[in-house]
Amino acid sequence: MAKIVLNTIINGENREFLADERDSLLEALRERLGLMGAKEGCNNGNCGACAVIMDGRLVNSCCVMAAEIEGAELNTIEGLADADSLHPLQEAFLENAALQCGICTPGFLMASKALLDENPDPSEEEIRWWLAGNLCRCTGYDKIIRAVQDSAQRINSSS
Amino acid sequence: MQSLTYQRATSIGEAVSLLQNGGDTARVLAGGTDLIVQARERKRDVSLLVDVKHIPELIGVSYSPDTGLVIGAATPLYQVYGNKDVKEHYPSIVEASSVIGGTAIQGRASLGGNLCNSSPAGDSLTAMMAINAIAHIAGPQGERDVPVEDFFTGPGRNVLEAGEFVVNIHIAPHQSGTGGAWQRFIPRNEMDIAVVNCGTYLALENGSVTNARVALGAVAATPIMVPAISEILIGQALNDEIIDMAADAASEAATPIEDMRGSVKQRKHLAGVLTKRTLAIAAERAQS
Ligand SMILES: Cc1cc2nc3c(=O)[nH]c(=O)nc-3n(C[C@H](O)[C@H](O)[C@H](O)COP(=O)(O)OP(=O)(O)OC[C@H]3O[C@@H](n4cnc5c(N)ncnc54)[C@H](O)[C@@H]3O)c2cc1C
Ligand code: FES
Ligand code: FES
Repeated sequence: MAKIVLNTIINGENREFLADERDSLLEALRERLGLMGAKEGCNNGNCGACAVIMDGRLVNSCCVMAAEIEGAELNTIEGLADADSLHPLQEAFLENAALQCGICTPGFLMASKALLDENPDPSEEEIRWWLAGNLCRCTGYDKIIRAVQDSAQRINSSS
Repeated sequence: MQSLTYQRATSIGEAVSLLQNGGDTARVLAGGTDLIVQARERKRDVSLLVDVKHIPELIGVSYSPDTGLVIGAATPLYQVYGNKDVKEHYPSIVEASSVIGGTAIQGRASLGGNLCNSSPAGDSLTAMMAINAIAHIAGPQGERDVPVEDFFTGPGRNVLEAGEFVVNIHIAPHQSGTGGAWQRFIPRNEMDIAVVNCGTYLALENGSVTNARVALGAVAATPIMVPAISEILIGQALNDEIIDMAADAASEAATPIEDMRGSVKQRKHLAGVLTKRTLAIAAERAQS
């Protein structure tokens, strides 16, 4: 299969790597770069488990071709924590028990990060609409919503 | 995924020649939210993806009171419904484009993609038809304009010829005394395919209707206009009785199929209900 060389910035680092021309971004992240944080839930755009941030926008990496990221900037779950200290969203997810099996969690965290970057003080309704494209089979969502509210508060009170 | 190549076009001319040389299985890639999934699931044969998002004319929204609204065909939806002129003058476009998928889909999906995917249930289609949006098309023979209401030829099919693609979507400048509205019915609150959707557009002068356009989706092989409603409403003052007549005409015009999303009876009923509701909202907007 045809291989292509891709140049991107992933979590602040320049990366040059080989991918298959028919790879999705999700496949490239997991299989070419060993970044296993983004998960394959549905592979058709419906679940959000594969969500990453591309040029500042939340996208489902299963619905992006790897070739499209040439020259783009990506943020993935692997870059969310700052070295050893967790991001406030990660802390709030842990403390609010906003995960069980954890398959949906990287997607929810990236989607929540994209939300708080754009709207640091979202209402519950805004959070629910924003996260409507992320599915969770375990938690029943309420704890996730609370975790996002909680971390918004933490971020706002510390800044 | 099937074996395919990816090319990034940076001009309209380059995209036309890539598509032309690529033959039947060359496809325009906009947001990819339909196409990448269809290619993976082999619902479409794709040998070449022509990424049009780096062509300047295909990205962005601009408005002028003289020439109207131009939406680049590949502009992601969040930029469409987030645009201040769209918000101010074209609420029906906001209503339709802000319910297509969730946040991650709206970061990529485009009106051009919704249009060219040509699903009978595509949500933005009835909003664009009602407001008489025009698709501006480029191709090997040059450029041409096709009203969105004349764009569809069957489920998943449209008027585009080999090598052609949609550059932008044009909507006439907003006039006072006019209003549009759009709604859909889905069993959940979000992230679902419409059982029925409906776009309306009204122009009023001294309380009487001078133009009325109603479009229905998911009730036939393509989204449809309901000219009977225009005939009922034009020249009349709006009141409950006449709006009920319009709703009945909508139910009658609907020739839906029966599937897991809804029965024929339910869809015909919904066509009437949504027509009634959106006409009421459009009238309010036209008067405000
Ligand atoms: C989870 C999920 C939820 C969704 N929810 C909805 C919904 O609620 N309502 C709805 O209507 N749709 C929905 N969709 C479908 C899809 O997101 C929309 O149809 C979207 O508008 C497609 O745009 P796109 O830019 O991603 O198109 P693409 O996938 O890039 O393209 C779609 C088709 O159009 C062609 N094409 C694209 N742009 C052009 C152009 N400029 N000229 C010529 N051909 C072109 C492509 O070749 C392809 O055949 C959903 C999809 C997913 C995955
Ligand atoms: S795996 Fe991408 S949205 Fe489900
Ligand atoms: S924690 Fe299991 S799917 Fe969300």
